[in-house]
This record gives sequence, structure tokens and C-alpha cells, in this order.
Amino acid sequence: MAHLLRSRVPTWPPPPRGPSGHTHQEHDTGQQCYDLLVIGGGSGGLACAKEGTRWGLGGTCVNVGCIPKKLMHQAALLGGSLHDASHFGWEVAQPIRHDWRKMAEAVQNYVKSLNWGHRVQLQDRKVKYFNFKASFVNKHTVCGVSKGGKETLLSAEHIVIATGGRPRYPTHIEGALEYGITSDDIFWLKESPGRTLVVGASYVALECAGFLTGLGLDATVMMRSVPLRAFDQQMASLVTNHMASHGTRFLRGCIPLKVERLSDGQLQVTWVDLASDRKDTGTFDTVLWAVGRVPETGSLNLEKAGVWNSPDTQKILVDAQEATSVPHIYAIGDVAEGRPELTPTAIMAGRLLARRLCGQSSDLMDYDNVPTTVFTPLEYGCVGLSEEEAVARHGEDSVEVYHAYYKPLEFTVPERDASQCYIKVVCLREPPRLVLGLHFLGPNAGEVTQGFALGIK
Amino acid sequence: MSPGPVRGATPNRRLGSVRGVSVLSPPGRRARPSAPETSRLSSAAREELRRRLLDLIEGHRVVIFSKSYCPHSARVKELFSSLGVECNILELDQVDNGASVQEVLSEITHQNTVPNIFVNKVHVGGCDRTFQAHQSGLLQKLLQEDPAYDYDLIVIGGGSGGLACAQEAAILGRKVMVLDFVAPSPQGTSWGLGGTCVNVGCVPKKLMHQAALLGQALTDSRRFGWEFSQQVKHNWGTLTEAVQTHVGSLNWGCRLSLREKAVAYVNAHGEFVEHHKVKATNGKGQKTCYTAAKFVIATGERPRYLGIQGAKEYCITSDDLFSLPYCPGATLVVGASYVALECAGFLAGLGLEVTVMVRSVLLRGFDQEMAERLGSSLERLGVRFLRKFVPVAVLQLQKGSPGKLKVVARSTEGPETVEGVYNTVLLAIGRDSCTKGIGLEKIGVKINEKNGKIPVNDMEQTNVPYVYAVGDVLEGKPQLTPVAMQAGKLLARRLFGGCLEKCDYVNVPTVVFTPLEYGCCGLSEERAAQEYQRENLEVYHTLFWPLEWTVACRDNNACYAKIICNKFDNERVVGFHILGPNAGEITQGFAAAMKCGLTKRLLDDTVGIHPTCAEVFTTLEITKSSGLDIMQKGC
Repeated sequence: MAHLLRSRVPTWPPPPRGPSGHTHQEHDTGQQCYDLLVIGGGSGGLACAKEGTRWGLGGTCVNVGCIPKKLMHQAALLGGSLHDASHFGWEVAQPIRHDWRKMAEAVQNYVKSLNWGHRVQLQDRKVKYFNFKASFVNKHTVCGVSKGGKETLLSAEHIVIATGGRPRYPTHIEGALEYGITSDDIFWLKESPGRTLVVGASYVALECAGFLTGLGLDATVMMRSVPLRAFDQQMASLVTNHMASHGTRFLRGCIPLKVERLSDGQLQVTWVDLASDRKDTGTFDTVLWAVGRVPETGSLNLEKAGVWNSPDTQKILVDAQEATSVPHIYAIGDVAEGRPELTPTAIMAGRLLARRLCGQSSDLMDYDNVPTTVFTPLEYGCVGLSEEEAVARHGEDSVEVYHAYYKPLEFTVPERDASQCYIKVVCLREPPRLVLGLHFLGPNAGEVTQGFALGIK
Repeated sequence: MSPGPVRGATPNRRLGSVRGVSVLSPPGRRARPSAPETSRLSSAAREELRRRLLDLIEGHRVVIFSKSYCPHSARVKELFSSLGVECNILELDQVDNGASVQEVLSEITHQNTVPNIFVNKVHVGGCDRTFQAHQSGLLQKLLQEDPAYDYDLIVIGGGSGGLACAQEAAILGRKVMVLDFVAPSPQGTSWGLGGTCVNVGCVPKKLMHQAALLGQALTDSRRFGWEFSQQVKHNWGTLTEAVQTHVGSLNWGCRLSLREKAVAYVNAHGEFVEHHKVKATNGKGQKTCYTAAKFVIATGERPRYLGIQGAKEYCITSDDLFSLPYCPGATLVVGASYVALECAGFLAGLGLEVTVMVRSVLLRGFDQEMAERLGSSLERLGVRFLRKFVPVAVLQLQKGSPGKLKVVARSTEGPETVEGVYNTVLLAIGRDSCTKGIGLEKIGVKINEKNGKIPVNDMEQTNVPYVYAVGDVLEGKPQLTPVAMQAGKLLARRLFGGCLEKCDYVNVPTVVFTPLEYGCCGLSEERAAQEYQRENLEVYHTLFWPLEWTVACRDNNACYAKIICNKFDNERVVGFHILGPNAGEITQGFAAAMKCGLTKRLLDDTVGIHPTCAEVFTTLEITKSSGLDIMQKGC
């Protein structure tokens, strides 16, 4: 998520079973040579690098996106608890208000402490870290440019591209870049974003709009078509119904046309309703773009190494081994085509790749049955196939869906609306009715889903 | 919370030969080729088989013991089929213990040939006798539902297990009655339909637990930027009123649900007076007798009182706490059962001064490492523990709501005594089965004299074949609402639905709802060591720091996760333990995974959901045997 591409270059420790045995050495050319070169310091890259240096001690990788997001989600949930508390006998005098500054400072301090912890971990594991902007020179060589402009050539037997993605700015929209922010910025705002327009329908969009609403801010989500594309659509609409009933506003079927700054500093957004072709405007304090992510492949000079990427998405094409069109160059995480954009998936893929490269295991990453949770105010956890995908793969007649609405006991006393608390299990109809997908919408969905993910595997 | 499509709604009443095996074989045996078999039945096995046969005969309208190749058997089957009557047929040549069945059957009927036919529990005889009965009209008479009994089923006790059983039987078209009567506690507390769970157990307990958690949330929320006045008080009256309102709505829901399913509900105490007959005594002392073909005892348990001075006069139990009309104030909780610790936990969480008096260990029967960690978490919350003391007298110092009580306690290790003054003394030293005073001795239902519990076979059947039992009165079964519900439902399906599925009492997950929740499934470390030998086990564990606790600056080494694996069975997980927030929600899925044969490898291969507490189980790396440090750094 940082602005510079960073390279982290690990060296193998003296064998147990390093593939080539040679460690970091200077060649005649002055070029540094490594066993494994990882370009990109996100979750997947770090996991790969750390695993490469010491078997059995793969640590938790922390993504600065998930962590602050979940903490702000928690802040919003606590707002709900404050409301519930009075029903359970707690006498809290009004007014209750939320101080963004205080929350943001606490969250940012925690994230900073993690960043520091990460560097220490890498040093512990003999991973050499360079703050370089990297680009390929040829199949085995990468040129790193430091902040000061100094160039270093690095070569390695295996190269892993894990440069991830960055939030996309819709640069064709006037004012998007000047006045808009992305999820890279929202968690680091010192001041409350105030009245916010979130553009997009990804989980990032809904999560951000959800916690902003929960913190008492006025939040509007503008989306072109359906929310949470690729997720189960029945669940997705329950998620947005819940948000709408808790105060998030939705502008469906709309696309923004321009963003202007008014004299009082507010942002005026003009959009068009695609169905009626009618234009409308609204004023906001903050415009947050959550319209997807673009892979960081542009400056890598992939063509010099012969690595192919998709002309549409710019993402790198990979096989089940995570190998690119060049067998010793791999790509993991958000930068790879067709992979779920999820932190733990990238971590696991990175770890498994490193183990394969060291010859410690031949296990491939299982990209099906990856459990995930959308931390909207009512959490949505799922693993396996969506109903749509199950029907597409097995046919309508072969799929049976068991489902139930339920009311959490804790919702009864504060008279919370439970009309979106819902569980769905998508199975094959033939006994033993193999479970293809499990979907859970309700409090603590993240915690609930984890165990069931094991059962589905 | 019922899944959409109802399964098993059309019962398959035919007992095929394959099914016959599972009815009649002792557990664990599988069908062998049916070689001529000489009977080597032990007397216990004979008795068990006899019980099962009687059960089969009692439980079905027409039972034909047959052999698949026998032409006489075939004629009888044709006869019933032409009458449009469904039969339960057991082919003795196709079950592995057919010879034993035939032997026991001849003891019951003095007939050692097949076919051997029963209609509505009456032994009709063989092929010729059946055709004679058909000609004389006797068969048609026998085929009519037995008119002798008022009900097909009477359930004594309207708790989770009893109600589940009654409703399922009614859904299957049977005439069912529920007798439920709550004897007031010594403090005079009484309640409505639904049993312990709904009224004085899980439901109000979890709500009060939630109230305590919200208290913690109030503290946390300030760290997350929420601002409100420093003065926060808790109002006990508001809480109990809210809790009791919800409980009341559940009582009403139970009654409504019985009415919808046409189950007769009588608010009266049931007592057997003779075989197949109970006397129901209502609150006004009016007595009515009812008869039924089958009975289910689901009377549950009530808190135990100490036989010491002042116990019944001044102490309360969990029966009273959830509707206590005043705030209990400084409370002494006597006992270390999960009830004791849960009550201590939420009272402390509501800001009360709480002391727990423990005779020996915490949470007997649970993993003791977890129990001790849970104890420490309560201590950090301000709960004081008085270990190795038992109360000997409770004296009233001052009347009031609450008053003041002096408790004298004696050390279990010496002559030392201590005294303490409390507003409330809550006894949570265990529970006694409600199996006395219901006339079990009149019909010969055996109970364990030591603990009052009812021994049953794996079909929940007592030694009296038409009497069954479910729920907390059972001997040696987990005392949990969902277990009782499942057992009750399956029992009804077996009795009336032609279904054979038995309740599985293994790997039942459970959660202790202390402020830091403790969830577990499978074996404790102690039990695992007994079953598998310690050297065959690998224990993976770690402390963890929930993300939400970091910003809240809560303890970074309180939450703990542990799995116990069998090294020689693929590192299969035989015990799962977690102490942490939302342990209840976390444990459920892992319990499902354990049913599917969870291994360490599968845990490692599963992608974590980030960031949650549950994901800690996908990255467990440190074994207990390695002795490596599991402390979390930070804050």
C-alpha cells in the first residue's frame, strides 16, 4: 500500500535444503545474486519471504488494510453496543458522541506498532529488505532504483512478483484525482471525513460505508450495478438491505460524472442515473473511490522478462503453481489474474510457493473453498460456492439449498431488527448432500465461518 | 431456527432387513454372512435383545418376523399388503443375529417358527392363525388403533427435551400430552413452560452475560473514540425486567407451539400410579388420571441445597437469581460448576463484588488447564476466590432487599474457619435429578440410587420398555439443551416415525459463558491422556490477542487456544479448546469439522479469515512438548 514499490530480497540460510546452496554472493559484475527475490512487500510477498528463510515459523502477516478496517468496524459496532447497553440496564447519560480523531489516532498507533514489528521479524529471518523501485532487465535480473536514484542490479534463481494492487482512481472523471480519496487514505485521515460519498460496490466500498454510518456519519454508496459482484447475490442484497435500514443511503444504477470543489470547501458531485439518463448533484465532505484495484505491473517492464499479463486487467497470467509464462518467475496475490483479492489467500499462496521452491512440499494452493468475511455492520461470512456458481457448475436440479432466518438471542432485549440474519447452505441434492457453499449473515460471522470452512474442505 | 425443507416428513415405516440389523445388533457389530449361528448370548445380551424386540413390537402396528425364502411368510405379507396395511418386517435370515432373535422370540411367544406376527402389541401367531383371525374379523379389530389408552405418548416435563419429543410425535400424527409443573424454589420462585433452559438456565444466563459484556464494551468504546459522561451505573431492575419479558415471551411461544401441534398441555405434576397410568395433580390439588401407550420422562434437574444451617432460609440458587427483585449486591457464590462461574462472571461484570468459594477444583470434568486460565480471567475481573473452603453455616445479620448474611466456612484441609459478610449467597454446588416423587418405583423404573439418574440404553429406553427418558435425568449423558432437544426429537422419530437414527452423544461442543468465554469440543487433556496415553498425543497451543483488544488496551495474554491431536491417527484432533471472546460462535463450526474427522493438517491447509480470533487455529505451530514461549508481546 505504500507509494513506492519495494523489493525484499531474502537469502536462504546455510542449507538445510536450499535448492542451490549458494547464498548471497557478489558476482564479477557487481551484481548481487540471491536464491529468491520477492518484489512487493504486501502480505503474500512477506509470507513467501519469511517462509523461505525458516521452516515452521511462518508468522502472521499483517495488511494495513484489514487491520484498520476491522478496528474501525469494531468502533462502529461499539456504537451499537452503547445503544444496546441501556436496554440491559446500563445507564449512560446522553449525549453520546464519537470523536474520529481519537479513534484514528488509536488505530494508527496500533498499525504503526505492527509495521515496526514486521521489520524486526524480517531481520530475524535474514531477509534482506530494499526500499527500491524494481523493474525487470531480463529473465533473471531486476534493476532496483533507490529513492536517491541509485541503481542496483539484483539477480535471482526464482523471482516472485507480489506487487499487489492499488485502489483505482477513475481518472476519466473530472476532479476524481484532485478531490477524491481511496481506502489507502481513509484510515489515515486525521479529521472526520464527514458526509461521505463512497463510489463502488466492492466489499471495500460497503465496509467503509458501513463503519462510517455506524460512527454516526452520513454515508452514501453510489454503485453502477450490483453490490458484491462474484459473491452470492441473495446474500449481497441482504447485506445492502441491512445497511440501508441502518441509515446508509444507496444510489443504485448511477455513475459519477464530475467532482468539483465549492467555495465553502465542500465537494459537489454530479452523477447520472443510467436508467433514466437524468443527472443529479449532491454535496459531500469526502468522496471515497472504491471502484476496484489496479495491479502494480505497469513499471515492472514485464516484457523484458517475457512475463505475460492480461491485456484487459493488466494482471499477470499464472498457472496452478503460481508460475507465470516464465517458469522461474511467479506471481501471487492481487497482481495475479483470477485470484481472489484476499489477504489470507495471498499469505497462504506465498507460504506454499516458498515451500515448493525449497522442495519441502509440493502442495498447491486451493483457491476454491477459501473462507472470507465481509465486515459490514452485519457481517457476512462465506466459504465455497455462491448459489449462482453452484447452479452454474452442477445444474439447477442437482443443487439443494437449506436456509433459515434466525434471531440472535442478544437481539431480543434491545429489540434489534434481525430480519437480515440469515444462514444458507448450498448442497448437492444427491445424498450425502455434499456441502458446496455456506453463507452466514449475522453478528460475528467471521468467527462463525472459520470452523465451518474446515468442514467444507 | 429450523432449516427450510423438512426432512423425514414421510416416514419409511418398512423395516427392511438391512435396517433390522441396526435395530437388533449390539452397537459396534456389523452384519456377517448369515452362516447358521449357534446362540451364545450372555444373559445381559439376551436381556438387551429382549428389550429391543419388545420395543420393536410395542412401537409398531404390525410386526412380522419372517424369513425371506419362507412361502408362509410370503403369504402373510401378501395378506397385509392386500389390506393396505404397512408392516414392519424383519427377515431373520438376513440379520446377523437372526438365530438369537428367534430364540428370544420363542421365549416371549412360545412359538419358534416363522412367520411370527404381532398386531398392535398382540401376538397373533403364525401364518394359519393370522388367516383365521382375518376370517373371524379379529384381525381387523386388532388393526384398529389401540383404544385402551388416552394418549399415544405422555411426556412428563416440559423442558427442551420433553417439548422437542412431544412436538415431533405430534407432527408424526400421534396423540400426545405434556405434563409440566414447576415446584417453587425454597425462596418461592416459580416459572412457566419451557424448562430450565428457557426460564432459569441458558436463556436468561446468556442475556445477563451479554449485559456484562456490554459493560465491558462501554469501557472499550471510549478507547475507540466514543465520548459520554463518566458516570455509568447499572440498574438491576431494568435488566431483570428485560430478561423476564423475553422469558415470558418464550413461555408463551412454547404454549403456542404445543397448541399449534395439538399437543395437550396440562400444568400439573405427573406421577405414575400403575403401569401406563399417571396421576396429574395441578396447583389447586385437583387430580386427574391419564393413560398412554408410551411415556417419556424429561423432568430434568433442580439446584442442590447444602444441608447446613441457614441454607434453605437465606440462600438463593440460579432458580432465583434471574428474576431476583433486587440487586444482589456483594455476593458469595458457593461452588465451581459452570453455573457458579458464569453467575460469578456476569455479576462481577455488572460491577458487583463477587467471591467464589471452591471446595476443590474449578469446572470438574473440564480440561483443568483451561479451567485454571478461566479462573485467572475471572480474578482479573475482580472476582475473589476462596479455595478449599466449604460453608458450614449461613446466618442472617440484617433483613432487607438484599439483607446481610454472615457465612462461616471451614477449610477442607484443616481446622481453620473464616467468616465473611455478604448481601447474597448463591448456591451453585450441583443439581439433583427430579426423579423422586413421580412414582417410578410403582412401575419399576430403575434409577441410580446414588445420583437419582435414570440409566437408559442407546435408544433412551429405561428398563421398563414403554418408558423412555431424555435430557438431564439421563445417567452419563451431556446435560445440554441442544443434546436433549436432539435426543427428544430422534426418540419421537424412532417411536413413531419408523426412523432408526440414534442420538450421538460424542463430540458434543459446549461453551461456558464466563465474561471470557470458554468453548470446547471433544476431550480434555486429562481424558485424552487416559484414552490415548500422553506420549501418543501432541498438544498445540498459543496465547492470542484479539485485534479488538489491542486498541482497547486489554490483556494481551488472557486468550488461549489449544488442540489435542492423536499423533498416531494422522494428528486427528481429539480435543478443541478456546478461551476468548465469542468462543461460543467459534466452537460451533469446529465441532462440525471434528464430526468430519478434523486433522491438524486440515487446519494448516485452511485459509484463515482475517482478522478474527478463530483464525488462530489455522496457524498453530507451537507444541506444548516443545516448551516454547507462547506469550504475545505488545501494548
